[in-house]
Amino acid sequence: MTDRPFRGCHDLGGLPAGPIDRSEHDYAEWERRVDAMGVLLGSKKLLTVDQRRRNIEALPPQAYDALAYYERWVISLGQSLIQRGLVTTAELARKMLEVENRG
Amino acid sequence: MAEPLFRPGERVRVLKAYPLGHVRTPFYIRGCTGVVERICGAFPNPEELAQMRDGLPPPPLYRVRFLQKDVWPDYANANDVLEVEIYQHWLEKT
Amino acid sequence: MSETGTYRPLTYFQLMEVSLRELLVEKGIVTEDEIAAEVEAMRKRGYERGARVVARAWIDPEYKKRLLANGTRACEELGLEVPALRLLVVENTPEVHNAIVCTLCSCYPRMLLGLPPEWYKSRNYRSRMAREPRAVLAEFGLHIAENVTIRVHDSTADMRYMVLPMRPAGTEGWSEERLASRVTRDSMIGVAVPKGPND
Repeated sequence: MTDRPFRGCHDLGGLPAGPIDRSEHDYAEWERRVDAMGVLLGSKKLLTVDQRRRNIEALPPQAYDALAYYERWVISLGQSLIQRGLVTTAELARKMLEVENRG
Repeated sequence: MAEPLFRPGERVRVLKAYPLGHVRTPFYIRGCTGVVERICGAFPNPEELAQMRDGLPPPPLYRVRFLQKDVWPDYANANDVLEVEIYQHWLEKT
Repeated sequence: MSETGTYRPLTYFQLMEVSLRELLVEKGIVTEDEIAAEVEAMRKRGYERGARVVARAWIDPEYKKRLLANGTRACEELGLEVPALRLLVVENTPEVHNAIVCTLCSCYPRMLLGLPPEWYKSRNYRSRMAREPRAVLAEFGLHIAENVTIRVHDSTADMRYMVLPMRPAGTEGWSEERLASRVTRDSMIGVAVPKGPND
């Protein structure tokens, strides 16, 4: 690793990049719900968009590229809620297992 | 708002610093010199909001206009500009 | 469960969404109704509100002045609820073409234009628009003459941007509603110009 200043993986301005894919798609319901939860928690002053952005920026660089937009945002939402103590890791683990086992 | 340090029309330079945390001053603009286009007002500091602190007192936020040729080494058009919102603590007098 | 009704296992991310949502609802932090209402509100928001604002500015020079001076208040003047939006409208002229990008994430005037298109949030747009706007615009089919200045706005902080495109020639005497039909989302981002009178 060369001796270089830190640059966040999200800080893209000026980096070499390729042609822009202009295809558009409809958002899935789960994606819209991720968006909605972020907006609602912000308007209830329980989370800030700044904290959610910071958690996106904290994703490993490979994840930042490999994950789709709302995949990043749902991870960030979860991290933010845990940081705030609104949800605990243990609660989330139990809930995820419960949902998975519903089938 | 506390009295802003810079005025519209004033030349300012962006700090050539590369700190950690949540930063809204893009990497590409650090160290560049531009002109204050307007004072947007004062807003809670996003660097602090990201860390679950309140970001107060709110720092003044400026729009700074840069000539593209002063930002990128080989930018061809002499008049094109790039305008970026930058918080006061990221700016210094030239 | 999937939306199509056929069974498909949840992805990790869908599982995360369900789990977070159920926990938040169980704890009384949000309700399912609130989430559904917000989803519907966002779904209904296309770019029509932005087009209305542009059409009004084309027809009413005094409104245009107010819009350029304080975008948020000018939207509220039309009865548009734009909570928390600090709008800055930038005007295209024969000498200046404006374009918007958020290099750091995807900041966008959602209250006026709805959800941003995928390309606006893409690595390639965010990397290149600040650096080589003329090449990016050309890729979008928009060729700006060398003697026209390009102004790129990187929305890095609290302001949100909308381009006020130039009114197309051949629309003299048109109603506001008819003018609004010429305004496209992409013309308000700055990667296109509005439709012509016969498009």
